[in-house]
Amino acid sequence: MPNTLKIVTGVVLDENTRLTLVELCCLGKTNAEYIFELVEEGLLEPEGLSTPDWRFDSRALKRLQKTIHLQHDLRINLAGAALVLDLLEEVEELRRKL
Amino acid sequence: MEYKDYYQIMGLAKNASKKEIKRAYKKLARKYHPDVSKEKNAEDKFKELGEAYEVLKDPEKRAAYDQLGKKWKSKQGFTPPPGWDAGFEFSGGNFTGGNASEFSDFFESLFGRQFQTDKMGGHYGHQFYAQSNDRHAKIMIDLEEAYKGTTRTISLKMPKLDQLGHLINKLHTLNVKIPKGVKAGQRIRLAGQGGSNLNNGKQGDLYLEIEFNKHPYFQVSERDIYVDLPVTPWEVALGSTISVPTLGGKVELKIPAESQAGKKLRLKGRGLPDSPAGDQYVILKLVIPPAKTAEDELLYEKMSQTMAFNPRTHMGV
Repeated sequence: MPNTLKIVTGVVLDENTRLTLVELCCLGKTNAEYIFELVEEGLLEPEGLSTPDWRFDSRALKRLQKTIHLQHDLRINLAGAALVLDLLEEVEELRRKL
Repeated sequence: MEYKDYYQIMGLAKNASKKEIKRAYKKLARKYHPDVSKEKNAEDKFKELGEAYEVLKDPEKRAAYDQLGKKWKSKQGFTPPPGWDAGFEFSGGNFTGGNASEFSDFFESLFGRQFQTDKMGGHYGHQFYAQSNDRHAKIMIDLEEAYKGTTRTISLKMPKLDQLGHLINKLHTLNVKIPKGVKAGQRIRLAGQGGSNLNNGKQGDLYLEIEFNKHPYFQVSERDIYVDLPVTPWEVALGSTISVPTLGGKVELKIPAESQAGKKLRLKGRGLPDSPAGDQYVILKLVIPPAKTAEDELLYEKMSQTMAFNPRTHMGV
């Protein structure tokens, strides 16, 4: 009954999206300690100086989710995951320009 | 149900050593990882690989599988013979990376569902990942759809338990609104529309990543649209007003006299909707009319005599 389906509306995660630490943990289904590690590794770069002021953009959520997958599936350490993410983003960028 | 040849999936010989199995798994896992791979069906292949490794790395499961495997070929219809696992005791080796709830019916018919995700042994990230049932998918839309907004019907396979407690794959269909102004690479998050975790009943989220289909003449960069516009020599030399296609329909564009090929003109606010909206850039592409008739040739002849124009003076020739 596809024509009786309700239309669901989502939230677009765009360049204006800003997430607090708590929101990022919630969406990424992870804990703050893990986020701290990623920030320390330079994998995530929040705006704001102190933890309560931290704001993450939508790219950060994507990087967080990919890091979790990469670590889980390929057993990559954080430094390796950071490298993979940077390279993947570069490849995506280049592909888009093609 | 199809018989699955786990050796074939991993590209291994039947007598592969433990080391070879591990190496093959690592190599293929990198190749087919859905976040990294550009291969088609990477996700399915990755799942299949996880399942194959699950069996082959565990000596007990492998021995049982080998015993069974003598008679079967890949993709052949399959029903486990009664008592096939007599004499084997599965202690449930740790899980590797495969998501147990997504293993095939074939796997389940052999090894059952006693291996739950909470037994997943492992390293980093497990505790976070095991709880997450987020689903990720890409959707391709046309630029016109991004300009106006659209709805898309999306079907996802979701593992669910039926009334008898059997695991079944149910097709979950939903209509998703794609708001106008979405851009390539952006994601739409649909809360609670992901998979449901069979262990804790928690509902995951669905993330849809937007990609644009290639457009016959528009190119897109962020929110701006680029178009190569074919023009005649007299349109650029004398100046003119011509029609230009935009995502919102035709608009008139004034080309100043003495423009050159490659000139970039901007149509403000005619790009993708945003605040502020993107622009459309028109790049003039000079098309030289072919001399089809004697009269045409005469015109070119006349131009060459009266215009005395050398475009190569800066090259000293």
